[in-house]
Amino acid sequence: MTVQEDYQPVFSGKVLDELQTVFQRYPNKQAALLPTLWIAQREHGWISDRIMAEVAEVLGLTPAYVKGVVTFYTMYHQHPVGKNFVQVCTTSPCNICGAEAVMKALLEQTGAGDAGATSPDGKWTIVEVECLGACGFATPVLVNDDFLENVTPEKVPDIVRKYR
Amino acid sequence: MGFPHKSHPKETVVLSQYFGDAEARTQKGWVKRGGYEALSQALKMEPAAVTDVVKESGLRGRGGAGFPTGLKWSFMPKEKKKPHYLCVNADESEPGTFKDREIMRWTPHALLEGTAIAAHAIRAEVAYIYIRGEFTEPWTIMERALAEANAAGVFGNIKVYLHRGAGAYICGEETALMNSIEGKRGNPRIKPPFPAAAGLFGLPTTINNVETLVAVPHILKRGAAWYKGLCLSNPKSTGTKLFSVCGHVQRPGNYEVTMGFPLKDLLYDMCGGPPTGRTLKACIPGGSSVPILTREETEACLLDYEGVVEKGSMLGSGGVIVFDDSADMVYQIMRLARFYAHESCAQCTQCREGTAWTTKIMERILAGQGKTKDLDLLLDLSENMTGKTICVLSDSCAAPIVSGIKKFRGEFEAYLAGKRQPVMVG
Repeated sequence: MTVQEDYQPVFSGKVLDELQTVFQRYPNKQAALLPTLWIAQREHGWISDRIMAEVAEVLGLTPAYVKGVVTFYTMYHQHPVGKNFVQVCTTSPCNICGAEAVMKALLEQTGAGDAGATSPDGKWTIVEVECLGACGFATPVLVNDDFLENVTPEKVPDIVRKYR
Repeated sequence: MGFPHKSHPKETVVLSQYFGDAEARTQKGWVKRGGYEALSQALKMEPAAVTDVVKESGLRGRGGAGFPTGLKWSFMPKEKKKPHYLCVNADESEPGTFKDREIMRWTPHALLEGTAIAAHAIRAEVAYIYIRGEFTEPWTIMERALAEANAAGVFGNIKVYLHRGAGAYICGEETALMNSIEGKRGNPRIKPPFPAAAGLFGLPTTINNVETLVAVPHILKRGAAWYKGLCLSNPKSTGTKLFSVCGHVQRPGNYEVTMGFPLKDLLYDMCGGPPTGRTLKACIPGGSSVPILTREETEACLLDYEGVVEKGSMLGSGGVIVFDDSADMVYQIMRLARFYAHESCAQCTQCREGTAWTTKIMERILAGQGKTKDLDLLLDLSENMTGKTICVLSDSCAAPIVSGIKKFRGEFEAYLAGKRQPVMVG
């Protein structure tokens, strides 16, 4: 799938200055790869091939190496996602507390339809994730950087209204 | 129990004393509560003397393996020729476990203090706290606390940095975590060499869990003898432990009890037992990687490293997952296998293939298309997944499968015999 991408280099000006402070935390530039990718994703919304090439250049790595790392971790988006990226935990402890019903309600009420797909209005991408590490607060849902606890299908309409 | 509940009278509140107390999150608030006194005390001591106190206390690693902490610290080279590192494992991802998250949310300075003491003890100049990527709130709180602590200059010459993960359960494995900090894929390394010889950046490294480190300031302040005295059963397990209870209980949450506490009291008295009208069917006492216990085993189990082994499981990380009689064990074990299949780093064949294959077999059984030989096949695969790989992720997938078939065979057979309605589409 070819994605239309409005590409602007990420690492210039203030962002480049921020990167310099990241470098100070590690003995070499390679170790700064994960934080650098986080910055790139914050700025660009997702990690495209062009972003990977740029990251590779600023860190003195190869684009292939960067891609190898990006594809290992689930939180780096390898394609554009909706304005709200929603992660629903459906592993066993949350599963027995009704996580699948929360997932279903979110997919229906946001118009995203299928897990991983983006809603036609571009506002929602809902994914099932494995353990979010908040099993006693089932079901935890991560909407962008907001960590919501004890979500039930009844609470879904409010969540949809709030983030829409 | 910690926020939002009040602690239960049967709890031994040490680590969780300030859970829910927002003021304790600040540098000033922490100092007011006696925080950073243990660090000042430690910095005046010889590193080896700090290690000796921790050794004497009997503290064991709270991340899952239960390795004696002081002994681990003492493995670091006696003669310092190269830089030393400390890694703090805050990549809490074991299904059922959510204690480190609470520690970081409510007592970030306790973790920073424990980290600095450990770094001093192993003579590390740099400590990295590896926080899983999904923990957005704990990250923000830790970041603020670290800035305050740095501004107050509490760490002396020790530098503490946060490092954010990016969604990979396997990075909770110690060497995978080090690879991840180095900017690599989170593949576990073959051991030996062990981290104390060649760890982060190939240099001597110690790695400790969050809960282990927050116990250290208390041990220094109140003494090893006090900590050792916190023991209800086997003297090899000392101190208090946070148990994260989740699933089918009325009051899920983190409960801090003295080692050797009865699991039955934790589940019924403190957590209120299963929902009204339901009965307990099974329990996983130490996070999803350990064997499942039946109701009888659960009710007779004592919560310390030896007590849980005696009942056929492991204390692990202290993530207690409770299933009542409404739970479909076949479906839940499939979900656990799917978790491991998703999280396998795919280095070792037994794990990469085994976790995916066992998941597929269980999905087939749940779709009503299981074959009579499937249970034997699952057990055979599980045997080949145990003890044969670089790390224990593969073993962790096999543990609930083997114990599940052994203890809940009837539920599997009901699907195979067509006596249970398929719950999945084949």
